[in-house]
Amino acid sequence: MFVTSAFAQESAPSADTSHAAIGADTHSGTGVPAEAHGAFPPFDPATFPSQLLWLAITFGLFYLFLKRVVVPRVGGIIDVRNDRISQDLDQAAKLKGEADAAVAAYEQELAEAKKNASSIGQQAADAAKAEAETARKKIEAALDEKLGEAEARISSIKANAMKEVGSIAEDTASAIVEALVGGKASKAEIAAAVKSVAR
Amino acid sequence: MAADKVDPIHQFHIIKLVPINIGGYDLSFTNSALFMVATVVVAAAFLFLTTSSRSLVPGRLQSISEMAYEFVGNMLRDAAGTQGMKFFPFVFSLFMFVLVANLLGLFPYFFTVTSHIIVTFGLAALVIGTVVVYGFMKHGLGFLKLFVPHGVPVFLLPLVVLIEVISFVSRPVSLSVRLFANMLAGHITLKVFSGFVVSLSALGAVGVAGSVLPLAMAVALTALELLVAFLQAYVFAVLTCMYLNDALHPGH
Repeated sequence: MFVTSAFAQESAPSADTSHAAIGADTHSGTGVPAEAHGAFPPFDPATFPSQLLWLAITFGLFYLFLKRVVVPRVGGIIDVRNDRISQDLDQAAKLKGEADAAVAAYEQELAEAKKNASSIGQQAADAAKAEAETARKKIEAALDEKLGEAEARISSIKANAMKEVGSIAEDTASAIVEALVGGKASKAEIAAAVKSVAR
Repeated sequence: MAADKVDPIHQFHIIKLVPINIGGYDLSFTNSALFMVATVVVAAAFLFLTTSSRSLVPGRLQSISEMAYEFVGNMLRDAAGTQGMKFFPFVFSLFMFVLVANLLGLFPYFFTVTSHIIVTFGLAALVIGTVVVYGFMKHGLGFLKLFVPHGVPVFLLPLVVLIEVISFVSRPVSLSVRLFANMLAGHITLKVFSGFVVSLSALGAVGVAGSVLPLAMAVALTALELLVAFLQAYVFAVLTCMYLNDALHPGH
């Protein structure tokens, strides 16, 4: 008994003749109605009509469902997304262009401002220089004037002093002459003598 | 019961849930049909609900829906040009259907719709049917230029045309078998390794210790199957795009 059942097990996949018995045994064991086909199930022509019919029904419905509902929907989702992405890219490109224009305008203004600033600085420097120059000239003129006045005063003082030096010398000389000689030298002689000495 | 546990084929059995019989054809609502419905409902609800807010800045879930949409859209545009975008709903629904069916199949006790060749073949036939019908509608007999590449010497032409026809005819087969075989093999492997875990742990302490290895393997395989689920949905959609490109531009 053991030997025969083992033999049946081993030969079940390949031997068609012993398979009928195994199949019946299997089906009675699992409570499934016996098919009573000896053939290897996938090659059993008795199941072909039913499988083909149900394949046609199920696959046909599946095809219709996919064609009518799923493909338009998924295609629509993907199309909308692609549209949206290209739209966003366009928008981004536009914004980038605007930003670039703004940067260019800014830089141009900056360059202009720099140019203006340097010219304004130059002008200010020139003006300041000119002012300083006039102020310097004015002061120099004032100083020159004061110097001239001072020199004139000095020369007049000097002249006075020199004049007085002559009279002092004459007085001193007449006094010395009087003391030494005892006579009076004439004023004109003394003045001539002093002058000749001073010269 | 032991046979039930380790039988890796059991998960592919079709179980009638609502028996329907019309004109001698068995059109029952089965577990396969149930999971087709589940696949469609899960995929449609996910796409519908995650995009319902139509946010300009998407959340995580909405991002997933949009990523899937743009992924398929780019795939189709690369392969078939902007003209190919008229097939976008078709390729998108194929991709989502296969992807969600593969992913749902990874849950324990769930049925994997794409592990049945008739389902993958139905989808592949739909693709090739669309290519053929649209190709003839758009180009008339000019669509047959598809089988006559440019710049081939005349004496080689019959051979080349024969090869091109064979390659075209084998497209629905390769398209469907690739997906089906990947799913089938992946789920059988997962089941076998999980079965090892169960059988070994029934042998006592040593068995439990030994079952760590197949358990780790089952975990790794689950990760691999997750990758395969994505990859096969991607491959299916890419090949669909390339075949649709043939319908749009048959002259190579």
